[in-house]
Amino acid sequence: MGVEITTTRLEDAAKWAKSSMLEKATNWGRKFSLFTYPFVTACCGMEFMSVAGPKYDLARFGAEFPRFSPRQSDLLMVVGTVTEKQGPAVKRIFDQMAEPKWVIAFGVCASTGGFYQNYHTMPGVDQVIPVDVYIPGCPPRPEQVLDALILLMDRIQSGRGHSQLRDKREQLIAASHDEG
Amino acid sequence: MAQKVLDSLTAQHAAAIEHTESQHGDEIAWVKRDQLLAVATWLKTDPTMLFDAPVFCTCIDRLDWRPLGVPPSQAWTEDKPRFEVCYQLRSVTHRYRLRLKISVPESDPHVPSLAGLWPAFNWQERETFDMYGIRFDGHPDLRRIYLYEEFVGYPLRKDYPKEKRQPLVRRDDLPMNPIKVAREHK
Amino acid sequence: MADSQTLKQLVLGRKDVQDLSDTEHDLPPDLMTVNMGPSHPAMHGTVRIVLTVDGERVVKSDVHPGYLHRCFEKESEYATYTQIFPYTDRLNYVSPMINNCGWAMVTEKLMGLTSLIPKRAEYIRVIVSEMSRITDHLTCVGASAMELGAFGPFLFFLKAREWLYELLEKVSGARLTHTYVRVGGVSKDLPDNFAADLTHTLDETVKVMVEVEQMLNGNKIFRDRMAGIGAMTREEAIASGCVGPIARACGVDYDVRKDYPYSVYPEVEFDVPLGTTGDCLDRYLVRIEELKQSISILRQCLKQIPDGRIMVDDPRCSLPPKKDTYNTIESMIRHFKHIVDGIKIPAGEAYAFVEGGNGELGFFVVADGTGRPYKAYCRSPSFVHLSTAGQLIQDHLIADIVPIFGMINMIGGECDK
Repeated sequence: MGVEITTTRLEDAAKWAKSSMLEKATNWGRKFSLFTYPFVTACCGMEFMSVAGPKYDLARFGAEFPRFSPRQSDLLMVVGTVTEKQGPAVKRIFDQMAEPKWVIAFGVCASTGGFYQNYHTMPGVDQVIPVDVYIPGCPPRPEQVLDALILLMDRIQSGRGHSQLRDKREQLIAASHDEG
Repeated sequence: MAQKVLDSLTAQHAAAIEHTESQHGDEIAWVKRDQLLAVATWLKTDPTMLFDAPVFCTCIDRLDWRPLGVPPSQAWTEDKPRFEVCYQLRSVTHRYRLRLKISVPESDPHVPSLAGLWPAFNWQERETFDMYGIRFDGHPDLRRIYLYEEFVGYPLRKDYPKEKRQPLVRRDDLPMNPIKVAREHK
Repeated sequence: MADSQTLKQLVLGRKDVQDLSDTEHDLPPDLMTVNMGPSHPAMHGTVRIVLTVDGERVVKSDVHPGYLHRCFEKESEYATYTQIFPYTDRLNYVSPMINNCGWAMVTEKLMGLTSLIPKRAEYIRVIVSEMSRITDHLTCVGASAMELGAFGPFLFFLKAREWLYELLEKVSGARLTHTYVRVGGVSKDLPDNFAADLTHTLDETVKVMVEVEQMLNGNKIFRDRMAGIGAMTREEAIASGCVGPIARACGVDYDVRKDYPYSVYPEVEFDVPLGTTGDCLDRYLVRIEELKQSISILRQCLKQIPDGRIMVDDPRCSLPPKKDTYNTIESMIRHFKHIVDGIKIPAGEAYAFVEGGNGELGFFVVADGTGRPYKAYCRSPSFVHLSTAGQLIQDHLIADIVPIFGMINMIGGECDK
């Protein structure tokens, strides 16, 4: 059963037309009430503060209040460089979050390691957790971050975040076992 | 900048000072390892010196030291000590700055700790130990500071490759990797 | 006694409570080990503190830095002197221009160019350094106030910081990690109309500062949470290597710009604010006062800045003009060698330091005649200050860790290099 991993925005829009009303409503609610967990480590944290600040307002997208507990949040924003020492902490925080959960790799250090290629920098946080949206930039401009957030919201609406796909996949597997 | 610091240091502790130099406005004194504590205590307490402010503590690994534009005899060879531990001190009242250097061979990387005299060197000596493997005798709590305990090796030594990672989290079993799972359950 | 007996009966639900004494069967006073970090709401840096607490009071603490160790020194050994400027940006990432200036200073010291830098370049460096210092203090005070519950000052200071970021973007091309300074000068000249823009921004920033001061300085909650917390004596500060606003709050009169003047700081007039007790409130007041002094320095620099070159006229470290690079073979080769091999600095070592947002930020470089440093060590003030944090939070409540940690202004990139 082909479960597509990468899509385009056009495909997302087409899929949206085919999903059920309940699914659309749930996803609409989810995307406009994201509780972020800003896992801030480095310089991108300054740009995250700017994005959450008064000029590039994150609150107008519903993602206003950062919940500094993984149990209470659903969007993990890995902001800044992740090092090998930090790896177990990131993984544990991701595991502690409840489904459905999404991850944004904010900045090029969290996406691929940036221009740090050494014995301590993890080349991207997707080495240990699955990432939904990557934001390049060192640090990314706040407009890039807002664009990424809108992209993530489109993904959530069409049900194509990694966590939602996992859920669907498990349902399909369970359904195929029942049939077989 | 203040040659008189070096002059009075050599006058007071002639046996302990190997040689002194002044480079780019910095005063540098090479101190014998076993006399380091005596010299440092004198530098801190003597009223003409009063070096009460610690600046930094680090180490230079001379393994690849082959400088251009100088006679080849200055390059590092196997018989010379490999590490140079550097301490930089500052005097608040007299406004002097001084760098102490201690040559340390690779076979015996031990240096007396100055953490008892200046508390700032506590963490900085831990950092030097973490990065270079120099053991500081008399340090209250010598363990790694930047890297994790499971890390093997001393990364800032010249023979440690830059990109040799030692990951703490295993990378090969990622159950959440969607491509892997989709293929397995086909 | 009778009242506490009935209370115990109610709480414990037992009839034989007269046998219980106050000391024996209360909850056992074991010490508890709590972990704070490495991911925690404080916006400053990622650090882990293992606390041993007795109720709410900290008995022992063990601070674990290194969660952002990005190997500045190892990377520097493989990069040319100009390629290290981006790495220095990311050291103290709230005031990146100052780190750039420090790195440029140490390379110029090694080449002997310190007195040959054009005046205009020096003034530009001081202008952007002071702007970076303002952003550093705005971020520190704003974030600390937010952690104490005052969300308003954080937003106001962010608003002021945005204006400065826009100006720095006009100057250098990037909002945060500028990489603007070069060995021997700066990379681009100031944009048109910069003086008028900066003057307008400074006027607006002063208004924001006055508003926030009115909100915080006399605020009883703010003062109660900050006064008397995390105090340090003058001797402890000096022996622990503390510099910058933390040392000045303890009364240590040490400012690199005054004691070992560099660049054009001898030509501008400013005061160095000193505190008395060294507690968090003094650190906050010193930072606010330094903001005002930085604004005054900027106004003076805008008046005094001369015209002229922005890069020293020395082929060892400056790139040729683009017109020559494209048209003559010698300039093209010189450009190529500078970019690929790097600026060749003769063998030697030097330590140069500047007054960063947190104090004396120094670079100790050992050069070996090639275009790449043999060793580049960064003396970071945040690392030294964090080493005092364990002693500062001793015998304080857990809730006091927040203002102490905030006012230390430990920047993760600088602390862990």
